[in-house]
Amino acid sequence: MKRFILPLGVFAALLGFLWAGLHLNPREVPSPLIDKPAPAFSLTQLHVPERQIGTRDMAGQVWILNVWASWCVACRQEHPVLMELARMKLAPIVGLNYKDGRDDGIANLQRAGDPYLVSAFDQDGRVGIDYGVYGVPETFVIDKRGVIRYKQIGILTPEVVTGTLVPLIAKLNKEGGNG
Amino acid sequence: MVKWLAALLMALALSAQADEDLDKRAAALEEELRCLVCQNQTIADSHAGLAADLRREVREQLAQGKSEQEVLDFMVQRYGDFVLYRPPVKSTTWLLWFGPLLLLLAGAVLLVSRLRSARRETPAPSEEELQRARALLDNDKEQP
Repeated sequence: MKRFILPLGVFAALLGFLWAGLHLNPREVPSPLIDKPAPAFSLTQLHVPERQIGTRDMAGQVWILNVWASWCVACRQEHPVLMELARMKLAPIVGLNYKDGRDDGIANLQRAGDPYLVSAFDQDGRVGIDYGVYGVPETFVIDKRGVIRYKQIGILTPEVVTGTLVPLIAKLNKEGGNG
Repeated sequence: MVKWLAALLMALALSAQADEDLDKRAAALEEELRCLVCQNQTIADSHAGLAADLRREVREQLAQGKSEQEVLDFMVQRYGDFVLYRPPVKSTTWLLWFGPLLLLLAGAVLLVSRLRSARRETPAPSEEELQRARALLDNDKEQP
């Protein structure tokens, strides 16, 4: 009987690892950008190519950066949640229109509605690289000091909004700008 | 005129050589970086749009005179250690790096202890057993 204990123990440990592995999502790579200053950018606005939008314009307030594209199917799924988030007026949402065509992006917002204060036009995806974007949509919450406090890879769900974003933004809004 | 032409050709040859070196360095570096869209491919293998952008980034930065390590640091700052195909040795990756060695050692220890106890469990033959064995062997010889 005793001779079975060791192999059985090894088997049980292996089973435990595999079970835990089932619940991990390999797509969710921990971002090294959390609690780091948001990379500065200044891009042309999607709707008004002559005007710029960048991190400097948003300094001093809590804001949300949402990476989207007209070619991104998951973004369509996320879109109603973003519209709802915009209606809540918790914090301004800036869009980062990632590797898209200007006309396609604008048409997309005209058709489905525009939850963004303004969208930045990142045609060659360089700002996306600075933000470590690899799966659109992605969402960042940036605090008053310009520090990234939260990153959502993949779509925002109503659960994420009510469970995570609402309390987080309320907390960040109470924080001082220089604290 | 001929001198000018020669100088021009020389310059072209040199820049071609430099391009080739850059290509080689960029290609080597691209083999070290993971594409985050198709996670089991390097950015050299992947056809994903992001991989193409990252290849462009690698080439541009090397062309600007950055070292390989600086380019890797740039990627890690943005995408984390996961972007490296060779994870760095640090406290969270010790098990990953040294786990196999640990298993090998555990196996070796187990093997040695098994062999030792097996030897202990077989007692040396007694005088009586030796005599019987000798008798059997002698009988064998007598028969044709």
